[in-house]
Amino acid sequence: MATYQLNVNGQRREVNVDPSTPLLWVLREDLKMTGTKYGCGISACGACTVHLAGVATRSCIVPISHVGDRPIVTIEGISQDSVGRAVQDAWVATDVVQCGYCQSGQIMAAVALLKETTKPTEKNIEESMGGNLCRCGTYPRIRAAIKSAAAQIAKGGA
Amino acid sequence: MIRACLLVSALVAAVSFWAGTAPFARAKPVDKAQGLAAWEQVYSVLTHPRCINCHTATEYPQQGDERRRHVANIVRGPEGKGVPGLNCAGCHQETNADSTGVPGGHNWHLAPLSMRWQDTNDRPLSSAEVCRAVTDRSKNHNLDGPGLLKHNEEEPLVKWAWSPGRHPDGTARTLPPLTHDEFVAATRRWVEAGTPCPTGK
Repeated sequence: MATYQLNVNGQRREVNVDPSTPLLWVLREDLKMTGTKYGCGISACGACTVHLAGVATRSCIVPISHVGDRPIVTIEGISQDSVGRAVQDAWVATDVVQCGYCQSGQIMAAVALLKETTKPTEKNIEESMGGNLCRCGTYPRIRAAIKSAAAQIAKGGA
Repeated sequence: MIRACLLVSALVAAVSFWAGTAPFARAKPVDKAQGLAAWEQVYSVLTHPRCINCHTATEYPQQGDERRRHVANIVRGPEGKGVPGLNCAGCHQETNADSTGVPGGHNWHLAPLSMRWQDTNDRPLSSAEVCRAVTDRSKNHNLDGPGLLKHNEEEPLVKWAWSPGRHPDGTARTLPPLTHDEFVAATRRWVEAGTPCPTGK
């Protein structure tokens, strides 16, 4: 076991865990932040996506010992960010969610896309969101919500 | 006149002695045949999955000894580092993560398309084709022979191929057919021979 000082959604958190523990399980089990989901456990589905120093990261395969002092943002904190707020608003307005299990990861990936690509093309969306799976098949609404959020951000509404 | 001749003789003798003294002796030149043989050793490493999986001609990296397409629909992106929301760094950290089986290294990325060592059907290019690409300074970031040697000797992602970590099931990833020292030595012989390339396709 080892003690780690984490910056999670702008707050300092301390955990005492095995160094090999994936970040996902530190968030869910130790910090009780269950918005980030366990999907496949092998970085193949994107349900566990968080931001690590701004990079959309698969938390299920990153050991806590590899996190260092990089700030972590989870779905619980994404609304603190203007782009994150715009994406969440668009998600609600577009009624994207069906079962909802994958959606925190979808939103985290979408925010990462829109932070770097303000006017995403269909190809941009396809490539950036291609690693986030949705078994309900909400992909058309996800695309629509991303475009809506991009438009809202461009208008200065975020 | 006699004194001048003696002086010249003495100088010749001194130079001969100096040139023949072991610490200052030049290494025996590597001829082209030896250089080509050394290149084939280098090529055997470059086409090993630990190396060639990131030297694709396609829009995606490969994984595993079977060189399958990378999971999660990973794409190359404009700089070979993926795209926003799906970057290489979103999984591959600064070092291997053996507890989760994800390889890692500094600045994890795909080689540029100019350094592709496969065709678009994921078949390795021939020894001659790879050699021509590697030695083409318009494709290789303007590296000359010593630059290529330094790259093979020191580049962290090259060296990663010899410490590639473990699969998620705990088994070790396979290594290239030469040790890193042997790879560097073969590269040095090839460079000393003037980086000769096989002829033909």
